Amino acid sequence: MNKVLMHPLAKPVFFVLALVPLALWVYGAFADTLGANPAEAIIWGSGEWTIRFLMMALAVTPLRVTTGWIALARWRRMIGLFSFFYGLIHLLSYSWLDQSLDVSAIIADIGRRPFILVGMLTFTILLVLAITSPRAVVRAMGGARWQALHRTVYAAGLLALLHFFWMRAGKNNFAEVELYAVIIFGLLGWRVWRSWKRRRAAMA
Amino acid sequence: LPGADSKVPGARVDAKPTPYKDVSTYNNYYEFSTDKSQPARLAGTLKTEPWTVSIEGLVKKPMKMGIDELLKLAPMEERIYRLRCVEAWSMVVPWVGYSLSSLIDHVQPLGSAKYIEFVTLADKAQMPGLSSGVLEWPYREGLRMDEARHPLTLLTFGLYGEVLPKQNGAPLRVIVPWKYGFKSAKSLVAIRFLEAMPTSSWMRSAPSEYGFYANVNPQVDHPRWSQSSERPIGGGLFAKRQATQMFNGYGPQVASLYAGMDLRHYF
Repeated sequence: MNKVLMHPLAKPVFFVLALVPLALWVYGAFADTLGANPAEAIIWGSGEWTIRFLMMALAVTPLRVTTGWIALARWRRMIGLFSFFYGLIHLLSYSWLDQSLDVSAIIADIGRRPFILVGMLTFTILLVLAITSPRAVVRAMGGARWQALHRTVYAAGLLALLHFFWMRAGKNNFAEVELYAVIIFGLLGWRVWRSWKRRRAAMA
Repeated sequence: LPGADSKVPGARVDAKPTPYKDVSTYNNYYEFSTDKSQPARLAGTLKTEPWTVSIEGLVKKPMKMGIDELLKLAPMEERIYRLRCVEAWSMVVPWVGYSLSSLIDHVQPLGSAKYIEFVTLADKAQMPGLSSGVLEWPYREGLRMDEARHPLTLLTFGLYGEVLPKQNGAPLRVIVPWKYGFKSAKSLVAIRFLEAMPTSSWMRSAPSEYGFYANVNPQVDHPRWSQSSERPIGGGLFAKRQATQMFNGYGPQVASLYAGMDLRHYF
């Protein structure tokens, strides 16, 4: 698996695949294949892909440690940036297609609907993490500080889940939320379990 | 299923109907799927013939009526109604049917009947969505008797001059155009006349979010989204949202039903 991950074409192939959802929306907008409510299809779809890439990014370290696919470490930044990228599309499509780029309406919406506020918080975290993702910034910040900042990705995962849960709660439609919750709590739980084990080993 | 132009005041809204394709492929029909594009694909398994509706409860003449008998009970009318979903989207649909009051008169409710309850088919063999616990099945809805008797309340058998597509609630449903769409129960198997207010499926699942009345009201938001505007379906990607009207624009016909009621409390 490390060989596959290190293959010079592996990352370009992933990059192109990761852009497929976007390509389908652009194509669908012109070819009218997005169903009766195309704005909703793009707003919801981009939100779901934000969480999916976020979960993939959170899965990198557990997978690397448990499987020995050490080459995965080089993938984490790209996957995280795709989460930010789809989060940006999510925010822009909501602002444009749902709120007609009316800033005062968006601000009123943040005040009125807690789940919009939570979504905005999630995006803010992803934005900060994306800005601080270049290697030059990592060097400038110093590894320890950078790592502390980037631990907020766990908060982003939980906030994204809350945002999604709250949105779906309106119509009691939790199947997908439950699946994502199991994955996100599983990935965070693995980290908690590992740090607990390490601490015990250090004390022994 | 042709229908004559309805003479009922407010029955023909002056707006362009939403394309048939959108009306028949964007459906909330949780008995099939919570994904709105899926009922059109999955509802083929719904068996609409033979079909019987049981008229029960506080009526002089409780009966089981076959779909053919129901179709012949009163002349079919075409009514072009606005449809406003609680999810803040809207359509304009040319329905075919007759006022529910025709059926109510036919079965002669007792004086004690104050409410009417609609019960939707719940058959796991035909409806894959029933295995999910999204709601308590069968789906139930209800109206106050004066709402049910209002001439705009339509017992509906068709749309666009055709028999109802299965995903739109074939073979018969109710349409209450001034209320959010979920009040308009689909694929009815029982209509009950009751003395006490029935508890609808949505009231049972989330009482703080869904009340019995569910009148379209731009001033009363859903806890998680605004009801002040709506997205018209069929306008494409860049369709602007439009302002939601009180009682979905049917205020002149129905506001008097709620005179003196605090509609924030009775939401």
